[in-house]
Amino acid sequence: MTKLFEQARLLKPAAPATMLRAVWPLFAVIALAVVLQAVLKPWLETVSGGDFYAKVLLDIGINIILAVSLTIVNGFTGQFSIGHAAFMAVGGYTAAGIVYYGSMYFYGDAAPHAGALSTMIQDHHSGAIFTRGDGLYVISLIAGGIVAAICGLVVGLPSLRLRGDYLAIVTLGFGEILRVLIQQSADVSYDAAEIRAAPIVGLGQLFSQPRAEWQAPLWARLGGPLGFSGLPFYTSLFWVFIIVGITLLVAFRLKNSTFGRAFLSIREDETASEAMGVNTTRYKVWAFVIAAFFAGVAGALFAHTTGVQLSAQELGFQKSFDIIIMVVLGGMGSISGAAIAAAVVTILPELLRDPTRLVGWQPQIIGITLLAAAIAAVLRYKGRSAAFLWSIAFGGAGLCVLTWLGYGIVKLADATGHPLDIKLGDYRMIIFALSLILMMILRPQGLLGVREVWDKALWAKRAKQGGKP
Amino acid sequence: MDAVAVGSLYALIALGYTMVYGILKFINFAHSDIFVLGAWISFAAASATGWAAASNHPIGPAPWVWWVVILLSAAAVIATGVEFASASRAGRKFDIRYTRSAGVLTLMSVWAWAAIAMLFGAKVAHDHEGLHLLSGGLILLCAMLTCGLVSFTLERVAYKPLRKAPRLNVLITAIGVSLLLQNAGQLEHMFGTRPTRMPALLPDRVLASIGGGGAANTPSVEVHLVDVIGAGTALVLMLALDWLVFRTKMGRAMRAVSYNEKVAALMGIPVDRIISFTFVLGAMLAAAAGFLYAMKYPGLNQSAAPVWVLLGLKAFVAAVVGGIGNVRGAMLGGLLIGLIEFFGAKYLSTDFRDVYVFGLLIVVLLVRPSGILGKAVADKV
Amino acid sequence: MSPPSSLLAAKGVCKSFGGLKAVQEFSLDLNKGDLQGLIGPNGAGKTTVFNLLTGVYKADKGSISLDGQPLIGLRPSRIAAAGLSRTFQNIRLFGELSVLDNVRLACHVRSTSSMAGAICRSIWNRAEEHAMLDRARTLLGVFELGRLEDEQARNLCYGDQRRLEIVRAMATEPKVLLLDEPAAGMNPQEKLELAASIRSLRDRFSLTILLIEHDMGLVMDICERITVLDYGQIIAVGTPAEIQKHPKVIEAYLGVADPQEGAAA
Repeated sequence: MTKLFEQARLLKPAAPATMLRAVWPLFAVIALAVVLQAVLKPWLETVSGGDFYAKVLLDIGINIILAVSLTIVNGFTGQFSIGHAAFMAVGGYTAAGIVYYGSMYFYGDAAPHAGALSTMIQDHHSGAIFTRGDGLYVISLIAGGIVAAICGLVVGLPSLRLRGDYLAIVTLGFGEILRVLIQQSADVSYDAAEIRAAPIVGLGQLFSQPRAEWQAPLWARLGGPLGFSGLPFYTSLFWVFIIVGITLLVAFRLKNSTFGRAFLSIREDETASEAMGVNTTRYKVWAFVIAAFFAGVAGALFAHTTGVQLSAQELGFQKSFDIIIMVVLGGMGSISGAAIAAAVVTILPELLRDPTRLVGWQPQIIGITLLAAAIAAVLRYKGRSAAFLWSIAFGGAGLCVLTWLGYGIVKLADATGHPLDIKLGDYRMIIFALSLILMMILRPQGLLGVREVWDKALWAKRAKQGGKP
Repeated sequence: MDAVAVGSLYALIALGYTMVYGILKFINFAHSDIFVLGAWISFAAASATGWAAASNHPIGPAPWVWWVVILLSAAAVIATGVEFASASRAGRKFDIRYTRSAGVLTLMSVWAWAAIAMLFGAKVAHDHEGLHLLSGGLILLCAMLTCGLVSFTLERVAYKPLRKAPRLNVLITAIGVSLLLQNAGQLEHMFGTRPTRMPALLPDRVLASIGGGGAANTPSVEVHLVDVIGAGTALVLMLALDWLVFRTKMGRAMRAVSYNEKVAALMGIPVDRIISFTFVLGAMLAAAAGFLYAMKYPGLNQSAAPVWVLLGLKAFVAAVVGGIGNVRGAMLGGLLIGLIEFFGAKYLSTDFRDVYVFGLLIVVLLVRPSGILGKAVADKV
Repeated sequence: MSPPSSLLAAKGVCKSFGGLKAVQEFSLDLNKGDLQGLIGPNGAGKTTVFNLLTGVYKADKGSISLDGQPLIGLRPSRIAAAGLSRTFQNIRLFGELSVLDNVRLACHVRSTSSMAGAICRSIWNRAEEHAMLDRARTLLGVFELGRLEDEQARNLCYGDQRRLEIVRAMATEPKVLLLDEPAAGMNPQEKLELAASIRSLRDRFSLTILLIEHDMGLVMDICERITVLDYGQIIAVGTPAEIQKHPKVIEAYLGVADPQEGAAA
């Protein structure tokens, strides 16, 4: 048998076609992001009469980035990291420092100097499409990612030699230490003149001045326990969904390449993987670094979102748990599953906060239910079973019935003159927790298992998994 | 002295983590919530027995608790009756221990009644001047029993169906249970969201002052009564546990299950019962820690407050540092963490006290990945 | 150093776990094209020898070299890259992955593309992915597993799993293949087929094979030389005929030998 690379040389495909194939998804992502920003956002604003829906969409986007990046570590390589939010914090604070102090440096204030692409509030931009402020913001996104990735490397290199749960514990410890360090940082300065005068790195003064005269350098002025306030809000649907697209693209291409198989083999059996020539430590660290990078970018996006106060407490391990929940609900190793779960987990508490909104969405829910049922029926007619579609249809129908039932009960109670005094909002986290537990018991492999939504095997008959309890 | 008192509380909580990890090999994230629950139940019990006159809680347990207990007992009676009828019809010998639902329900309702009896005992003791210490002890027992019961229920409902599932799923379930406990605790009918103060069950006294003054002019170390009682109770409980694990048949069974569940089952050890027992034991220790902690630091936060969660985490760190899965290691780790935290806070800087703890964790893991007393587990090829 | 003619050479390799001397002074010479057997009673240290050769355990003492390249101290993945591949006694496939992916993964060690290339889907990366696919399908075809390629590995029947392990090991382009009890759990018919395919593997891909096996019929049938281990020590080396008559071997397998009963197998 010839050597693999000799064989590959013979197979070299046509260059232009390959390049086109490699690049078009990127253009598609950019186009989609422009449409979201320019068309969908104004529409959502007219629908909801505010930026509520757009904001939820934004949160969904950020959560998708987080969930998909964590999938690379938890889902692909099977390592259990529970400090993902810490990388988010690293990226967020790095980007916040760059944008805030950069803004102060260049403009003298920290208001957003944004173009049309990076604004969430209509008519708030200067008319240009891309401004210098945007440039600063984009640089901060990349820098946030890179610093987070470096942290990932520093944490990952020693701890990925450890097996199993210990990695989880170390990532947890890392997150907690980071939180304390950030909380000990000095206050943010609001004075442009002072900022211009302050040292940026400031290590020189360690040797030159008496301690009492030390000035906190800019990198250590991150707002302490109260959080980093006064950040300009640059994050828009456009930027979030560009990053979502890139994250998904990277994740899919990794998964479907030889590296993806290497990652998955580590999850399946580390010893066998190593024996088959996969340098397991190296790939675990790689997965960790890539995931940390995207978490850092997500943190940077998060930091510049309207209505968000960037604080270390916010990005503690509770947030890490949220991300893990998304990954597990979606199915370990399923990218589309993680993305869907991220969307569901973001929407669900919002829905439960005000269930009457559901009533307004009845036509859409009924539509999706009927559509899913119809496609499932057609597939059935063609001799293929579509358990997944059926479950969507049943879920939708159940949601409809529940909504109307709840609505009816509330109305009935109102009519009898004893309005119900149950605030569903109080119970939403309980319902959420219960559904999480139920999900683990009833469908332990998550929504999609390792499959993607479009995998044939997901739609095929269940017969082969018959042995599973 | 603070260090020893708090360290021994860490050790108490850490024991629960380590026992569950030893048997089921998963990190029970809900354990710290059981600890918080323990503190709150002691508060509720204390105010229900009249310790905190100003509290908004009525005397005696809240009405819905009665309903739950009564329904539980009714279910137990019915299940027992059904089982008895079917046993006599089939000509079997009736034995409550071998009938699943009836046995479990009866156990639970007896357990709940015992907790309520403790509560009334505590009330009676509270009304007699000389029996205050006894009253505190009964409140402690009541909290321990209740937390044990809650943990038992959770284990049966949430974890047992997942016995064969991947460990990650169990972990997620634990996170779910933790969320459930946190948020349920915040409900209006439970403990609400407002912080409260635990009533002082004992007048605090400084028992002795050690050292102090002298040439170095170091501040003296004061020994508080609360610390002595706290550390003493913790020590007694730990010794009892050590005796239980290493000297009794039950303990031997526990160790067997943790060593190899399948083989233990083949040897006739009732694995499910042992696992439940372990959970209950851990929860009771956590509840005791919650009670003692509330005695020492009376400010009770809402159950999801970061302070509490961090406490639970530190206890977990203690379990890991000592070598997770190792009972004596957890005790050692707890004390070590307490010492490091308080001495670090005293002699270095108070701001970074959490950093010392987690720094110690990382150092220990890198130097001795399986903890101080833990054993390395080799992968068989 | 080993003489240039031997492909895989081990000299004086020792390993002990605590007080237990699992392998003592183990030596081995495999020439190109050899098909050797490694036998011994249960617990004799055969699998430990494999683990030492493939780097899963670190040898306490001794030298191992493949084609002149020393292997001691390398990670298992480096040893696999050097051209030493193995199967596992207790099957260790990647259960959730498809049969095809199991084999394609093993091609990874020969891959030259970078992660950035994979993310950008560079031309070179695409060509290589195609080549891997081709190679995996060819190898699966040789072992008649082609029709199962989309199946999850854990759903395969036992015999197929054993064969898939061999295919996976083959996909790393090994110079030397170590087979750990490939016939365990197979029925006589499957064993016959396996013997034929092992022999054809060696001839077709000019491989060198070291085989651990309990089934004496199989070993005596296909191996040209046999090494016998007992209590971690080599007690005999020779052709099947010599081994069958070797008194120490008979003693190891049957206890103190009765000279009248010669047939050890």
